[in-house]
Amino acid sequence: MEIFWYIIIAIVLAVFFVLDGYDFGAGIIHLFFAKNENDKEVITKSAGLFWDSNEVWLVVAGGMLFMAFPTFYASVFSGFYLPLIIVLWLIIFRAIGLEFRSQFKYQMWKDIWDKSFGVSSLLLALFFGIALGNIVRGVNLGGVKDGVSVYEGHYFFLPLWDSSFSPLSKTPGVIDWFTLIIGLISVVTLTIHGANWVILKTNSSINNKLKNIIFKLNIVLTVLTIFSLIVWQIVNPNSLDNFMNNPYLLLFPVIYLAGLFGLFFIKKIKKDIYSFVLSSLLIVGGITSSLASLFPVLLPSINKVNVPLTIYNTSASEYGLSVALNWGIIGFILLFVYMIIQKRLMGGKIDKMDYGH
Amino acid sequence: MEDMLFYDRLQFAFTITFHYIFPQLTMGLSLLIVFFKWKYLRNNIEKYNNTAKFFMKIFAINFTMGVVTGIPLEFQFGTNWAKFSELTGSIIGQTLAMEGMFSFFLESSFLALFIFGEKLMGQKLHFLTGFLVFLGSWASGWFILATNAWMQHPVGYEILENGKFVLNNFGALFTNPWLLPAFLHNQLASVVTSSFVVASIGAFYILRNKQTEYGKLFLKTGVVFGLISSVLLAFPTGDWNAKNVAKYQPAAFAAMEGIFETEEAGAEIVLIGQPNMVEKKLDNKIAVPNILSFLTYQEWDKQIPGMDQFKKEELPDNVPALYYSYHIMVGLGTIFIAVMALALFFLWRKKLYSSKALLWTIMFLVPFPYIANITGWYTAELGRQPYLVYGLLKTSEGISPTVSSGNTLFTLLGFVALYMLLGLLFLVLVGKTINEGPKPQTH
Ligand code: HDD
Ligand code: HEM
Ligand code: HEM
Repeated sequence: MEIFWYIIIAIVLAVFFVLDGYDFGAGIIHLFFAKNENDKEVITKSAGLFWDSNEVWLVVAGGMLFMAFPTFYASVFSGFYLPLIIVLWLIIFRAIGLEFRSQFKYQMWKDIWDKSFGVSSLLLALFFGIALGNIVRGVNLGGVKDGVSVYEGHYFFLPLWDSSFSPLSKTPGVIDWFTLIIGLISVVTLTIHGANWVILKTNSSINNKLKNIIFKLNIVLTVLTIFSLIVWQIVNPNSLDNFMNNPYLLLFPVIYLAGLFGLFFIKKIKKDIYSFVLSSLLIVGGITSSLASLFPVLLPSINKVNVPLTIYNTSASEYGLSVALNWGIIGFILLFVYMIIQKRLMGGKIDKMDYGH
Repeated sequence: MEDMLFYDRLQFAFTITFHYIFPQLTMGLSLLIVFFKWKYLRNNIEKYNNTAKFFMKIFAINFTMGVVTGIPLEFQFGTNWAKFSELTGSIIGQTLAMEGMFSFFLESSFLALFIFGEKLMGQKLHFLTGFLVFLGSWASGWFILATNAWMQHPVGYEILENGKFVLNNFGALFTNPWLLPAFLHNQLASVVTSSFVVASIGAFYILRNKQTEYGKLFLKTGVVFGLISSVLLAFPTGDWNAKNVAKYQPAAFAAMEGIFETEEAGAEIVLIGQPNMVEKKLDNKIAVPNILSFLTYQEWDKQIPGMDQFKKEELPDNVPALYYSYHIMVGLGTIFIAVMALALFFLWRKKLYSSKALLWTIMFLVPFPYIANITGWYTAELGRQPYLVYGLLKTSEGISPTVSSGNTLFTLLGFVALYMLLGLLFLVLVGKTINEGPKPQTH
């Protein structure tokens, strides 16, 4: 039952990053590459129409984590207190940027909300990567000092950074050079994904330029990926064990690599949807590979005193998990119905759609 | 430790109060929008469709605010109330996850279609999407109240040796005797808020002598909906809730009614008075004997336990705030019925649109349903103290063990600043929408 819910939540999270990922990426594209008003307008629109339904995936992932693995939810959310609250603030800035930009026609008003949308998208992409970095690196569970836990063994608290800035410190912070690398990977991946989305959904004047950008970013991503694999080994030496023992798990890294490889042909791909699928593979592959490398651990412990949090020692009761599966299935069926209806009515390029009023 | 608890509570109270400004309008307004759209389907008069679309704009602004202030709330259970989440997550996580699954997905999927899709799908389907938005927002209210009802009156649980609450009866979460009355009362209260908003925009248009055709429609609809919902709010639902509190939370009941000492033969109802916590009595009290016993139990001389019957640790820790909140809610509820009844009478005598004084009153009454809603929630939440899960888990046992008070204070100040900005933007945008009005503009 735990494994079931683990998989469901992983899927919900992956869907969240694929869906909301494109509007984060659109925000980054918008920040750096959109120059004329028309492009800015359509790019905000391509994200603005959908961010709300996309963000529901995050809300649902949070709710499910709360229900299925309450101890993990409690530990992680209080332990990463400061970065999490900052993420919440960024989410607010991003959303109001998207929603309020078109309400007034003044240039200055638009500029403010454009920046609000772009900068918070960028920072959110960075923070989500950093979060993933923290999860694979592990934390000082129990706040162990001199071999004694300061808190209960499943709680911790991380400062934003530790003065050594190193993931190998006994008391690492949220931001260190390792998590920053993962953060950068996340930014580059989501930028590629967002660019593909803009190409897919709009007729903006920068679409051709974006293909070039994707190509270049993909080279950067390849370098970063190789580099991160090496440092990943240093930070978490057991990270390959699961793959050695269960070779079928290698499917996940292969998904990632397929996306990475495919995107080198971006200029040859005729159908925009294919390149969008490729960058989706990057995201899905990246997340699932990291999870597969940890399984069944949810949060490693970097000290010897306290055991890591796993899906078994943080889960809710058997009964709760099984009733939730019943309503969960009904819920997903309903959701697919909504999505089909929505896609049938709102497919295609959005330039022509009447946004706002 | 003490101030950690204080800042956590303050932060939760602040962020949820701000959040609740928005859903209380959207839930009620979605009902009225569906009503206008339905009228349009029946009579095909363009005015009704424009009205529905106009309120949809106001709805959309509120919805955005509801979403962005709602996301922090969901995560705050984990950030500030980690121990509470750990111990009860397998129960309240159910209702919260269901809220996302069954209501937020529904609402957000069809809201976009309702706003952008009128031309794409024809009137009948457009009505249907509006109805689904309404359904989604009320379902959201249902699940969040199920969560709260469990905290007020826990059911269907088992406590393990390690202190964790686990679910043993899923159905009980939704047949909780606390839930139905609270849900009905709360939803009616949100209809009251939206009726007052609709009526007061109407009064504004009439007084300003612009868009008066719409002004009259708004005012009439707002008054009718407002009167019906205000009456139902007091009776039967308010009364029903009060009986539940008396039954399941007697200490909270004594405190909110301001009963310091138990009276042998029937409790009086306090209309006015200020709790004096030092002398343990009400100053300047005006009360009517035996009415409370009658209202609660239909027996004139039924004894109702006062605060003297409870240990200090079982009593809510802020009796005056609880007492005032409750009396403000009930007092405002009475005023709403009176004003709306008067307005309906004037409407019937065809004098409403020309009686300036009443129009001004209706226009300026608009903040008060918000106040009544918020004080209503303060009654519920302060009455629940000192417990987080009534009778079982103290509030002080629920906070995050690792988050220091300095951190909470810092993030609280951040939320205050950010929400001030949001509030300002909100007012500007709503003001602009109202000023433009529902009349279709030629682009
Ligand atoms: C427009 C808002 C409004 C108005 C006019 C009233 N209420 Fe109310 N009341 C609420 C809005 C509200 C609420 C915000 O919706 C609450 C908070 C919790 C809940 O479920 O509904 C609530 C709760 C609530 C409770 C439960 C308190 C608890 O849980 O401890 C009682 C006993 C009443 N109400 C009673 C009344 C009575 C007798 C009213 C007579 C006129 C009344 N309310 C008017
Ligand atoms: C809009 C409606 C609501 C308002 C205005 C409100 C208000 C408050 C207030 C004032 C407090 C602080 C009480 C204190 O001083 O301790 C509080 C605490 C709390 N409320 Fe509510 N509440 C609302 C709805 C809810 C709902 C629906 C839930 C559950 C899902 C909830 C859960 C909590 C929790 C967990 C706390 C913190 C613990 C505590 O101090 O009691 N609230 N709320
Ligand atoms: C602890 C209390 C609460 C939590 C955790 C919470 C959580 C949330 C979240 C996460 C959202 C945004 C969802 C989205 O993306 O669409 C939201 C919106 C909403 N909430 Fe709350 N909420 C709380 C209190 C309440 C209360 C008391 C009500 C009313 C009974 C309510 C009704 C709504 C509604 C109707 C929405 C939809 C947005 C809107 O129409 O404005 N919430 N809430």
